[in-house]
Amino acid sequence: MSDDVWILGIYMTKFGKYPDRDTVDLAAEAVLAALKDGGVSMKDMGVIAAGCLMGPPGIAQQIQKQIGQTGIPAYNVSNACATGATALKTAIMTVKSGEADFGLAVGVEKLAGAGLLGGAGRSTKTGNSWTPQGRFGEVMETEGRIGTSGMPGTFAQIGMEYLHTYGATNFDVFAKISEKNHFHSTLNPLAAYTKAMSLDEIKNDIMIAYPNTRPMCSANCDGAAAAVVVSDAKLKTLSLEQQRRAIKVSASVLTTDPYEEACQVLPNVNTLTRNAAKIAYERAGIGPEDLDLVELHDCFATAELVHYDNLMLCEEGGAVDFFESGATWRTGKTPVNVSGGLESKGHPIAATGIANIWEICHHLRGEAGPRQIEGAKVGLAHVIGLGSACGIHVLERSGL
Amino acid sequence: MSNQIPFVDYLVLGDHPHLVANECTACGARFFDRRNACAGCSGTEFRKVDVATDGEIMSFTIVTFAAPGVPVPFVSAIVNCQGTSVRGNIIDVEPSPESVTMGQKVTLATYPLGADENGVEAIGFGFRPA
Repeated sequence: MSDDVWILGIYMTKFGKYPDRDTVDLAAEAVLAALKDGGVSMKDMGVIAAGCLMGPPGIAQQIQKQIGQTGIPAYNVSNACATGATALKTAIMTVKSGEADFGLAVGVEKLAGAGLLGGAGRSTKTGNSWTPQGRFGEVMETEGRIGTSGMPGTFAQIGMEYLHTYGATNFDVFAKISEKNHFHSTLNPLAAYTKAMSLDEIKNDIMIAYPNTRPMCSANCDGAAAAVVVSDAKLKTLSLEQQRRAIKVSASVLTTDPYEEACQVLPNVNTLTRNAAKIAYERAGIGPEDLDLVELHDCFATAELVHYDNLMLCEEGGAVDFFESGATWRTGKTPVNVSGGLESKGHPIAATGIANIWEICHHLRGEAGPRQIEGAKVGLAHVIGLGSACGIHVLERSGL
Repeated sequence: MSNQIPFVDYLVLGDHPHLVANECTACGARFFDRRNACAGCSGTEFRKVDVATDGEIMSFTIVTFAAPGVPVPFVSAIVNCQGTSVRGNIIDVEPSPESVTMGQKVTLATYPLGADENGVEAIGFGFRPA
């Protein structure tokens, strides 16, 4: 017997537009289907952790009120784009602590048509005279006047900084990454967008923040994902089929960004990801070379490039060459974002950190159909939320 | 000068406009915002230090799509001012990828952002090619 925790059941809704369904509807679909997938019910669950970043407060209890008020502890979590991963880790920690045999995690978001998130303009001109406000004593909205802290521009600068640091000038690499992910999504019926796009189409689309054009940005959409986790001891009492399909959580890691010069001027998404990856590989006893597939947080094409390096999929400074070698296409050495990634599968924020786990589990179970990565045994799922929080899960198939 | 106000309180106007940082007396970390303590070492004592007005572009983007009320397009950059990183717009250049280069030398400049009802003019800062 070990203190391993396993994913017993997991589900993601199709990502897209659901004008007639609310966040609780989508979350309920995901939870009920994840329970069914695991062959268990709400009565078995010892804890629920739920996230809906832009939604109403108390999403966990709202879900309970629709599908089963069993009196268990509920955690409502909020951790930017790492919300889903944080909910999952909360359920895992509860099971690991021995407080529960089964735990439930769910993330849901409705973002279809939401447009640009954050950075809404504001005026601080009160009573028609300039009045310094806030921690910088600004007299009006700083966005656009003191650079940008919006997501597209921030992640654009992160990608450009990487090229500058390592002396690369191949700005096309970002559009090519997007081409890969849009191509991958053609095999994923649950993706919000399933259309391949040519390099020219991507480069000539609407520019959002150079070098990221619209298809190089994560796609706003609606969706939910849920997972049921179980202790090792409890799993051994379940059916052979449940044990065979269970996916081992070999590492569940959450980090925040340690202080470094410049990190409050341009968020440093690199160090916390690298730190999380190091811890995850050590805990799992698995190295980046062992990974059969990776779902990483391509909130923008520029982000995917830096995370090749941060997750140590390539040599330090070698992300451009690594991508150009074809390694991250589904036919390559380390397939990355075979789901289509956030750029094409979509990014309903709080669902993302569980949906990427679903994708990995699907392959490890050999149930991914036409997009199956043959013989996949080990996968890694990564999310990062600005602010910042990074979640990494390393997953392994049971081997039964 | 009484009819001018800096856009942010870390911009010092006058004959030689410059930025001023809160520097942790224990570890030297520099911050532009009002501080409770140091993010690097949790120290609680700070001194005001002038930040160099010349630097080089470490990264940039050209934002062409933003929330209503945000003037686009604009060039946002991270400028390394002799060891202190500063975020700001690159001004007096065409907002095109051909007009800005990585590692480019730039220098701090100020520009008017409009006057309020009392005739007080807000003065912003940016960086222009050196």
